[in-house]
Order: sequence, then structure tokens, then C-alpha cells
Amino acid sequence: MIDFGFKIAETRTIDYEQFDGRLLEYVIQNERSFVKCLSCGGCTATCSAGNLIEFNIRKINLLLRRGEFEGLAKEIDKCMLCGKCVLVCPRDINIRNVVMLIKKGIVKFKNEQISS
Amino acid sequence: MKKAILTIGGGIAGIEASKTLAGLGYSVSIIEKESVLGGKINNWHQLFPDFREGSEVKEYISKSVDSPDVMVFPGTEITSIEKNDQGFYVKSNKAVAFDVNAILLATGFEIFAAERKEEFGYGIYDNVITSVDLEQRFKKGGQFYTAGGKVPKRIAFIHCVGSRDAKTGNHYCSKVCCITGIKQAIELVKLIPGVEIFCFYMDLRMYGLEYEELYKSAQENYGVQFIRGRLSEASENIDNSILIKCEDTLSGRPLKMNVDLVVLLVGMEAGEGTLNAGTLCNVGFGSQRFLSCRDAHLRRNLTKQEGVFTAGTCTGPMTIPETLENARSAALEIHKYLSEN
Repeated sequence: MIDFGFKIAETRTIDYEQFDGRLLEYVIQNERSFVKCLSCGGCTATCSAGNLIEFNIRKINLLLRRGEFEGLAKEIDKCMLCGKCVLVCPRDINIRNVVMLIKKGIVKFKNEQISS
Repeated sequence: MKKAILTIGGGIAGIEASKTLAGLGYSVSIIEKESVLGGKINNWHQLFPDFREGSEVKEYISKSVDSPDVMVFPGTEITSIEKNDQGFYVKSNKAVAFDVNAILLATGFEIFAAERKEEFGYGIYDNVITSVDLEQRFKKGGQFYTAGGKVPKRIAFIHCVGSRDAKTGNHYCSKVCCITGIKQAIELVKLIPGVEIFCFYMDLRMYGLEYEELYKSAQENYGVQFIRGRLSEASENIDNSILIKCEDTLSGRPLKMNVDLVVLLVGMEAGEGTLNAGTLCNVGFGSQRFLSCRDAHLRRNLTKQEGVFTAGTCTGPMTIPETLENARSAALEIHKYLSEN
């Protein structure tokens, strides 16, 4: 077949049927405060990393809730764990612990996938 | 002999309830810790959502106490309450005591002390003021200048200061600040032609009748702009203007902006007066430190103590019309109680 250089784009729709909630559940079970986020963006505004590079700690919340592992693994390593986000959060979420749990969870579920 | 009621607090709730009770044939004493009646209404210039003068409401309630059945004791605070067969014996800091059949708590609210949000710079930078300061500034009238004597070109309103914030211990929404911000933004545009106004919000709660219309009007007719993001910190520039930082959450990027003036929309708190009166009467406090009621749906003006009632913002944030309605409902609950006992 002649390659015209076109292809069908992947859909941008969030397909909730494909949702993989394992990491989300793992984080919530170990850091209950995570569910209280109201997306005010205070964390991102004060974020040491986010002010220098393309990194949005608030969006981590969303990626996690949408079951998006791929993007998450790359994003989460940008956090410097300075904890300023925890200081400003109006809902008292232990964001630093959420970051640590995501890191742990990613490794955990990757290993589970390999062993199964 | 007429049955007697002691109203603690001479703000709009206490006065409105006392007037209603006097009309029902009771003898009412109002004690007020300040030297003048009216409470917080004395601070407000114009009221939302229709820009009515605050002084008109003050005038309306002031007339209420022109009754032989309403006695006013300014500069007075209660020191002890004893329950007896007839009701209560209440002592005060003055040489006056009250023998009454029922007590109405109308101790109101206090304004959140914005200094507690240190990162917002109130009390540190001259050009960071509160919505209450702004009302007083409006009352004074005349040209509007910043602390450095400039005509402001850009002003930021910060929503939810001392409300919905676990760091201040106030998890609740103060209800009135969103619409106050919209009202004040419009007043500033009227006062300073060409001024740019930005409101930084988490959610805009336009729950009252005509509130949403005022919000729309602020956008449509006054060019007020809205950015969804919570302020993380404010700092002062060398020219006394203020640098504010937040995330523009809808575009997903950190945002910084220089403004000539920052207005903090401060919330409501249960004040010391409410704490003291509530403790002396042993009515109990809710998780947000306002007074508890006996039943949140059906008995909002009753407390767990027989003969002790509440009116107005000592039980939670309320607007002026809500306060007045709540006060009249308290008066009828007291009437019902005294008719039956």
C-alpha cells in the first residue's frame, strides 16, 4: 500500500472503561488526605520545580485519577520534595507523601506486571 | 407583669429580635459590649447585591429600639448566668443585673484577622488591605489612592482568605465574601475609570438571588476579570506595588502579576463574644466554633439549654437579610416557649 504519510490519530477521549485504578487506590489507601484536593493550584504556584521547568504538581492529581501511568512516571521524578506545597495546601493534604507513594506504587505495579 | 428577655448583643440580629419581642408584649433588655449599637453594620458602606446604603439598614434598626419595652445597655458584658425557677439571673460588668425568663444570644461574628495569613502580607505591606478596610475607605469618599499616593491601575481581589482553609482552622465557606468581592470590584471600577481588576478565586459561589446577575454584570459592564487559582504568596516590589503568585489552574501554568493594590476578602469567625456567651450558657459549639443549635433543620434558634435561644451569625455566616429573618424567627420561638411555660 502506498504510504501517504497520514495515519489515524489516537483518540483524545478519556476512555473510562480502560481505567486502571490500582495506583490511585494504593495512594488513597496510604494517604487518605489525597481525596480532599479541590484543584486550587496553590501547590503549583509555590512549587520550586514548577517555577523553573514544565512541571505541574496539581496535574499529578488528575493523571492519577484518570489512571494515566505513562505520563505520571515521567512527571513525578521532577519533584524535588521540598514540601512547600504542603505548607500552602488549604486542604492540608500531605502532598509530599503522595509523591513518595506514587513513586513506590509505580515500581510496585511494574514488578507485579512482570511477575504475572 | 410582662415577661422579660435578655438579648446579648446589639447588632442587627439582637435589635431585630428584640423589636419583634417588644411587639409581642415582652420587656426586652439588650446588652452590647461596644458603646454604640449596630455591630458590624456600622462598617459597611453599600450592601450587595443592590448597592443599597448600609446606613439605611442601620437607620431602620435604630428606630426599633425607640420603644419603652426595649432597654439598651451599651458598654456592658455578662459575667455570670444562674438558672432559677423563673428563668435566669444574669450579672454584668456594670452595676446592673437582669432577672429574665429567657436569654437570646445574638453575639454575632468577628472578621478573620488577615495577619494570620502571613504569606499574603497583610500588616506587612501597605498596599495589601482587607475588604473591611476597603469598605471604610469607600465610606470616607473622595479620590482613591494607594498607600504610596498613586491612582491604582491594577487591583487584585483574593477570595477565601480565612475561609475554606485548613491552615487557618476554618474549613467552612463564609458565604458572603464572593459577592462582596464582586460588589467592591464594581465600586472600584466606578470610582477609578480604566482600572483593571482581577479576582483570584477557587470557586465562585453566587448562591443568592441577583448574585449571579451581579457577577455577569461585573464581566459584561465593568470588565472585571477572573483567574481560577489560589494565591500562594505576595511580596512587595521596590515601588510599593505587590507581586502576587498563583497557578492559573485553567491554563495549568504558574502565574505572576504586579498589582498596585491587593484586597483580601476576609471571612467570618465566631468571635470572643460568642465564645464567652456560649460558654457561660453552656450551649455547646459546632466543629466550626459557632454556637450549636438543637436541630439544624427544625430548631435552628433553639439550643440544648431550655430558655436559651440564638439569633444571627453567632451560629454561622449569614447575609444581612438572612440575619434579620433568623432574628425574627428566634423571636417567635421565644414567644412560643414563654407562652407554654
